[in-house]
Amino acid sequence: MEFYLSALVLGLCLSSMALGIFITMKIFRIPDITTDGSYTLGAAVTAVLLTRQWPLAAIIPVTMIAGALAGILTGLVHTRLKIDALLAGILVMTGLYSVNLNVLGRSNIPLLEVQTIFNALSIFEKPLHNELWVGLLFLGLISGLLAYMLRTDFGIAMRATGNSESMTRALGINPDAMKITGLAIANVLTALSGFLVAQYQNFTDINMGIGIVLVGLGSVLIGDALINWLGIKIIWVQLLFIMGGSILFQMMLAVALSLGVNPSLLKLITAVFVLAIVGIPRLMARRE
Amino acid sequence: MIELSHITKVFNRGQANEVAALQDVNLQIGEGEFVVLVGANGSGKTTLLNIIAGAEFPSEGAIQIHGEEVTRVPEHKRSRWMARVFQNPLGGTAPELSILSNFRLAALRTSRKKLVIGINEAFKASVREKIAGLDMGLENKLSQPMGSLSGGQRQALTLLMSTMDHTDILLLDEPTAALDPRSAEIVMQAAQKIIQDYGLTTLFITHNLRDAHRYGNRLIHMVEGRVARDLNAEAKSKLKLQEMYEWFE
Repeated sequence: MEFYLSALVLGLCLSSMALGIFITMKIFRIPDITTDGSYTLGAAVTAVLLTRQWPLAAIIPVTMIAGALAGILTGLVHTRLKIDALLAGILVMTGLYSVNLNVLGRSNIPLLEVQTIFNALSIFEKPLHNELWVGLLFLGLISGLLAYMLRTDFGIAMRATGNSESMTRALGINPDAMKITGLAIANVLTALSGFLVAQYQNFTDINMGIGIVLVGLGSVLIGDALINWLGIKIIWVQLLFIMGGSILFQMMLAVALSLGVNPSLLKLITAVFVLAIVGIPRLMARRE
Repeated sequence: MIELSHITKVFNRGQANEVAALQDVNLQIGEGEFVVLVGANGSGKTTLLNIIAGAEFPSEGAIQIHGEEVTRVPEHKRSRWMARVFQNPLGGTAPELSILSNFRLAALRTSRKKLVIGINEAFKASVREKIAGLDMGLENKLSQPMGSLSGGQRQALTLLMSTMDHTDILLLDEPTAALDPRSAEIVMQAAQKIIQDYGLTTLFITHNLRDAHRYGNRLIHMVEGRVARDLNAEAKSKLKLQEMYEWFE
């Protein structure tokens, strides 16, 4: 039980990233893989500042700014230089590896002796229950803000940009500026996942972001499949399903581990899961 | 209102497939004029419209709108003067957003899209009333995604969206080309009404010579990137449909 609960909290922490990927992939239809870099960037900034005894209230905005800068960079490369979004993401992600290594100063920082966001609550007896509530509150806040933003005039303009660029321009919206903003927001959300996971796992590692975009992608695909299946149109409910997708994804990995799969195969399992999520519906469609 | 001087547009300059889409076009369009643009495929009609809209920039020449030089002003900034209906019914609307959201954006064409929720009951009521005027029964489907509507319904709504915010110029790029005759008729009637009610300066591209004959108060015939004929309201009203067909023989 503890084991699955812990997977659930991890899923919650990673659901911020899933929301980010939902924005780029589903709203803007841009394949952004800056994620691997901005996730670690968020975790690295958090670790360094936490060990320097910075308060969380200051670490959160710094982490968000770091993520935003990564997204803006990818956005600028993509829109100004007209470079394919996938390549723009790879360029920034690769560059960020060195940035992250320099931020960290070494390949990993343990966070055992510091006060993390997950120690902030002590209502329940079991630490895991407190951690669950911290995760729920934090993600509730993030998704609430995001849902609000997507319902505003600005949010509608954002959603229109990925939907019909010709219309957006004709209605006075600068699609390039929108895309850069969207990538910034997405990578802020991803960096916040790094912020949470670093504290939840009590360490930041330079390699923790490798392949993490696939975890987010899988989460969004699960959530999106459910959204389409149930025909959900209300945006905040859609966000909830995306977060649910992230939790489900971690649960699937937890089940695989509990069945005795060697943890060294975790990335392979992740890739196979995502392949299955993408591939099975296509195989079924072909049969029809 | 719109002034084009010595507009030339060359695509793929210096390459084997170089095309001179527009060659030294000079045109003055006055306020309230309803200009119909006809011409064979490749005669430069759409390029001309794109250059006025800012979707493309001219290779040479200058454009003024309201006496303001706008030659290099991008499309999204020129949209404060003009609304546009595209040939493709998908072009002017966001298919996955609701009718209401589409109208909300249209209502903000000339202003900033802020971080506030702008769709409230009053806004809904005003959109409902507007759409009811179309008499298509769409006023009760405001939360339906735009993509679930037919091409004709979408074009009619796109037209209506152009009146949600202040506009001086309406650009119609073959708005009925993708529609069946009945829908085309409804859309053109709606366009005519909007143009008259709001006194819009209009540019209307069409391949339908009946429409070209029937609508508008100025007719421009383009041939190979040049203005071949330019008929004012009087000349246009005397023009026989048969004569127009002969232009294209």
